[in-house]
Amino acid sequence: MTALDHVILIPVLLPLLCGAAMAPLTQGWHRLKLALGYLSVLGMLATALLLVAMTDGGYWQGGIGVYLAANWAAPFGIALVADRLAALMLLLTALLALAALHFAMQRWGRIGVHFHTLFQFLLMGINGAFLTHDLFNLFVFFEVMLASSYGLLLHGYNAERLRAGMQYIAVNLAASLLFLLGTALIYAATGTLNMADLAARIAVLPAPELGLVQIGASVLALAFLIKSAMWPLGFWLPTTYAAASPPVAAMLVLMTKVGTYAILRLWLLWFPGGWSYDALLWGGAATILFGAAGMLSTDSAGRMAGYGAIVSSGTLLAVIGYGQASLVAAGLYYLVGSTLAIAAFLLLVELIDRIRTPSAAILAVTMEAYAVEDKPDEPLGQGVPAALAFLALSFAACALMIAGLPPLSGFVAKFGMFHALLHPVDGRIPGTAWALMALVLASGLVAVMAMLRFGVRTFWANSGATKAAPPRLHRSEVAPVVFLLALSGVMTIEAGPIYGYLERASAGIHRPADYIERVLGHPAVPSPSSAAAGGEGS
Amino acid sequence: MEAVISLAIGIVFAAGIWLVLRPRSFQVLAGLMLMSYAVNLFIFVMGRLWVDKPPLTPAGTRPDPAVLADPLPQALVLTAIVIGFATTALYLVVMIGARGLTATDHVDGREPES
Repeated sequence: MTALDHVILIPVLLPLLCGAAMAPLTQGWHRLKLALGYLSVLGMLATALLLVAMTDGGYWQGGIGVYLAANWAAPFGIALVADRLAALMLLLTALLALAALHFAMQRWGRIGVHFHTLFQFLLMGINGAFLTHDLFNLFVFFEVMLASSYGLLLHGYNAERLRAGMQYIAVNLAASLLFLLGTALIYAATGTLNMADLAARIAVLPAPELGLVQIGASVLALAFLIKSAMWPLGFWLPTTYAAASPPVAAMLVLMTKVGTYAILRLWLLWFPGGWSYDALLWGGAATILFGAAGMLSTDSAGRMAGYGAIVSSGTLLAVIGYGQASLVAAGLYYLVGSTLAIAAFLLLVELIDRIRTPSAAILAVTMEAYAVEDKPDEPLGQGVPAALAFLALSFAACALMIAGLPPLSGFVAKFGMFHALLHPVDGRIPGTAWALMALVLASGLVAVMAMLRFGVRTFWANSGATKAAPPRLHRSEVAPVVFLLALSGVMTIEAGPIYGYLERASAGIHRPADYIERVLGHPAVPSPSSAAAGGEGS
Repeated sequence: MEAVISLAIGIVFAAGIWLVLRPRSFQVLAGLMLMSYAVNLFIFVMGRLWVDKPPLTPAGTRPDPAVLADPLPQALVLTAIVIGFATTALYLVVMIGARGLTATDHVDGREPES
């Protein structure tokens, strides 16, 4: 184990330390808090880039880096594992966090005391959930993530947020109980909690215990699927997204992907034989239908973004359930692209709402209470045209990405999925492939219709009213949206290399034997006394 | 012994489910707490039911797995209790906030029209 191996721990440690350092600071220190937040997020970004380079650059054998916490050998202690998929998710988290933090700089980070602290703990939970290779530790990181998200959801306290928060907390507390039940059942049947060790044991388990593991895994899946909002478990999602403050909502988009990530990782590791994949496929299909119907039925932009996230979750679950490695690679590309798009859209929603309701009355009261001066430092452009043009163009870009139209990354993702569906390994295209393609296309069409309707109402039909009250945009609120959309542009231009990386990542998680070998075979660092004795001997 | 304890867990959990589905937020809270008790007991029992088997080894003796209970579920249940307690307390705070802001303890934040 070299010093560089410790990099795996940084994405958990850095936000924890920064968050803890901020906790005792009062709001008078908000500049210091912001600086610490930036330090942490930029550090995470650098670490994530380093991890991507290390996993993909052959630093670790098979692209799997193992870190034994407290130096306990694998099945007994907690192992952290960084592979290409985890590195990718860490990178996505850091990029989104950077955008959300920058967006929160002007307003949201300054109302309420503990925004930055909770934000860091949320990042710690998300990063930990991506890295950990122990089932119970996954539960702990989920709880860290959820507990901070409860606080963040209530940020900017009003009746709507409280009501949404109550339901969100109740649903997630119940989901956590299911998580515990599933974990306990799996432990009872196998006697281990290490994911790789579980994979090795499940492969050779006799029938009665295997049944118990499958029951446990199903209960566990319920907990993950509530997070990733599979129909019929996702009714909490649109209300929650619409109620949350924009930077928090942008991070919530990522949290639905954590559930999907857990399913992807655990099911490919434990059940490579294909048990229960059909349930994911059809559940995902039903979720796409539900999300598309929801998008058409609502005219609130926040709820529309929520239903967009549901469609995206459904597509991913269906892709995982289809069970083909090349399709999973395209699905990962879709995951990154759709997360960026929906997060950008949720940030944009607040800015667009300023056209529709020029005086954001609820916010104004809170701003007054915390004495935040509401003067834009430098208004973007001279009045209406530039600001409105920016909003309309960004909205159009988000719509293109969510609907999957060219030229942005949403189109590349859907093209990749169709290409994978039409080029199966054995050369035979089953009926489900056609059904899935039809569903994905139809959901894209519905998204276009819903977004178009909203865009026309807001930017076109409403233009008379906006002349009277031009929206005021801060540079710090415009930059994150541009940043996220530019990332999507980069994803389109650099689609070749990114696809190559994702294909290697997908091929990696389809080889559970590698994980079993690398995690269980990882040697603990010898104790200093025995190392010294060995040194003398030689 | 197994039948008795599984019945007990089942009854507590069922009562919790019934309460969670009630319309008043305090009932939901009580239901969540009952469910979490049942789940904690369940985790504990998943280490198998033993009589007279401590999860610890006396100092200076060689550990013999045959005379020991599985200590892991006990450690897990401790963690689960702490986390469950904290999140339930947080829910209680949110509940009180909602009661103050909406002047009703209905989970929808308003009384149903009768």
